[in-house]
Amino acid sequence: MLSVRNILKQYANHIALDHVSLEVEEGSSFGLLGPNNAGKTSLIRIINQITAPDEGEVFLNGERLQPAHISMIGYLPEERGLYKKMEVGEHVLYLARLKGMSRHEATERVRGWFRKMEMESWWKKKVEELSKGMQQKVQFVATVLHEPRLLILDEPFTGFDPVNADIIKQEILELNRKGTSVIFSTHRMESVEEMCDSIALINKAKKVLEGKVQDIKSQYRSNTYEVRCAGTNGAAILNSQPNKFRVLSDETPRPDGEEYLKVQLLNGTTSNELLQTLIPEMEVQGMQEVIPSIHDIFVRSVKEESVTEA
Amino acid sequence: MNKTMLIITREYLTRVRKKSFIILTILVPLLIVGMYAAIFMFAMAGAKEMRHVIVLDESNVFAQRFNDTDNIRFTYAEGSLESEKEAILKQEDHFLLHIAPFDDVPRDIELISPKQAGMNLIERIDGQMENILRDKRLVEAGIDTAVLNSLNVEVSLHTSRLTEEGEARTSAGASYGVALTACILIYMFIFLYGVQVMRGVIEEKTSRIVEVIISSVKPHQLMLGKILGIALVGLTQFLLWIVLTLAATGIVKTFFTGEIAAGAGNPAVEVLNALGTINIPLILVCFIFYFLGGYLLYSALFAAVGSAVDNETETQQFMFPVTLPLLFAYISSFGLITNPDSPLLFWLSLIPFTSPVSMMVRLPFGVPAWQIILSMALLVGGFAFTVWAAARIYRTGILMYGKKASFRELGKWLFYRR
Repeated sequence: MLSVRNILKQYANHIALDHVSLEVEEGSSFGLLGPNNAGKTSLIRIINQITAPDEGEVFLNGERLQPAHISMIGYLPEERGLYKKMEVGEHVLYLARLKGMSRHEATERVRGWFRKMEMESWWKKKVEELSKGMQQKVQFVATVLHEPRLLILDEPFTGFDPVNADIIKQEILELNRKGTSVIFSTHRMESVEEMCDSIALINKAKKVLEGKVQDIKSQYRSNTYEVRCAGTNGAAILNSQPNKFRVLSDETPRPDGEEYLKVQLLNGTTSNELLQTLIPEMEVQGMQEVIPSIHDIFVRSVKEESVTEA
Repeated sequence: MNKTMLIITREYLTRVRKKSFIILTILVPLLIVGMYAAIFMFAMAGAKEMRHVIVLDESNVFAQRFNDTDNIRFTYAEGSLESEKEAILKQEDHFLLHIAPFDDVPRDIELISPKQAGMNLIERIDGQMENILRDKRLVEAGIDTAVLNSLNVEVSLHTSRLTEEGEARTSAGASYGVALTACILIYMFIFLYGVQVMRGVIEEKTSRIVEVIISSVKPHQLMLGKILGIALVGLTQFLLWIVLTLAATGIVKTFFTGEIAAGAGNPAVEVLNALGTINIPLILVCFIFYFLGGYLLYSALFAAVGSAVDNETETQQFMFPVTLPLLFAYISSFGLITNPDSPLLFWLSLIPFTSPVSMMVRLPFGVPAWQIILSMALLVGGFAFTVWAAARIYRTGILMYGKKASFRELGKWLFYRR
């Protein structure tokens, strides 16, 4: 769908993007993650043809990015607003027509979306009469109205109240199910973790990591398990085999003998071996693998990066 | 529809639908016509009102020597000051001129009336008294009355402009008036609508709509769309003002036909006749051209300024240097208008940054065609340049937030690659 190849973007006194490449597959839900000022917005502006890269190329559906692609992309910027004095219906129509839709077609679609989002009574209202959350809804409708093949959402959930954030989330997921590719850009990684199938991490103008969420997570698995058992001597049992297990933490929250263990398996030891070691001695009530969150992975990979730099 | 056209349409429609636009468009012609009607009515009323001046001359110098004018009648009284005062008490249009006896220089001359005497009346009486006294002294000095009469010569200079079609009767006064009006109007219009462009750009930037828009259109399309849309608003307003003023003038004329006919020789009518000697269509066409050219040139700069700031108060540091040439042309016009062929005015009327104002000052006095054409061509080149430069600053500026830009930075933006 989208292929970003070796993009370099420099401003007067800093580099915004340092030879960044990434691939967004057709129909995927892609998280563009990184802290503030990492270069996410610069990259998005290049994809939207707002600015041009100093080096590198962007391809959409195998074609080099060109003005005709504008109608295929829906963009919700982080800094977004509307003309305060315009009427809501007229405003959305205007934005739709700037994307290349005919007046007739745009009117039909806007009416459809307004019905769906229960916004019909807003048509003749001035934008300034709407609350901030309502304005965000209008902006969302304006973004998806022309049925873009690629939806780019920069910090989409900031400013929404929880109810509306959920409504928007459901709409985005539905569009994604119908085949629209979605790029989420955010510095709040936990907010999109559950919605993305692939991610790219950007830090200080460089891509740190890219891939399917599952692959990345398994790549960053540390063979660590959480075990809950009845008894208090689990740690002692495992510590007796230091070449197989390393107990990372051991908590006994209740005096009646319940124990929470965090154990890292060493030297190819399997989870079954862990169970086999514990079961003869005590009752294992539950066990699950500790899977790192994207946030943890980000922190780790940034640390690794700075270590290699040093 | 073309995207720039869409932007032009939005800019145009949102502005002409505003209540303030409609009110201003209707109000200004009404004010102009109302003002003229008021002046005309007062002039007529003033002209018709007859004032009676009763001269009580105890010095016997002025007896029977005052000349009646269109609206002042002099009569001479013999009674005492007290009885004459009582006599005029009840009559509003009567004035008692009391001249006490004097030796050399008259003192204690009083104009007594139930109503305060106007400046006009006082000046007339003053003037006549001075003339009478001067004549008296000249006669006393031995100068013959016949010689005296021949001293009063009135000269009236008529001007004609020699063109290839022959001599054309002109009026320097009318040229002066038209030049000044055009210069003030064009300066006002460029500012009025140029600032609207700047406000529009700042509005888009602060409301953060701009990034959505420029993901659909190129920044220079947005800038040009805004500039052209507002230009159309300006033209609409200007044309409506002309049409409405003419219509309102027509209505006023039908009400006052009698008075206007009767007022032949009235200054207002003379002004109208004098205006007829000027090439009004040329002035109008040039006015619209120089307004558009000047507006395009300056509004592009205003758009660049708007894009470089976060709010209107920050525009001050840029506005002054940007508008300095226009301001200079405007202010210098008031001095240079008395000499429309001065070299300074000639150069100002060619330089694109000043020509919209300065050429309008020269035009009513007659300007060679080649100078007009050269000035227009330079103006077209000038605005093409400023639009180009402004678009480059604009496309960087509208995406910059929170940083106060300096002139040096604007200069850098000019040479940024996209």
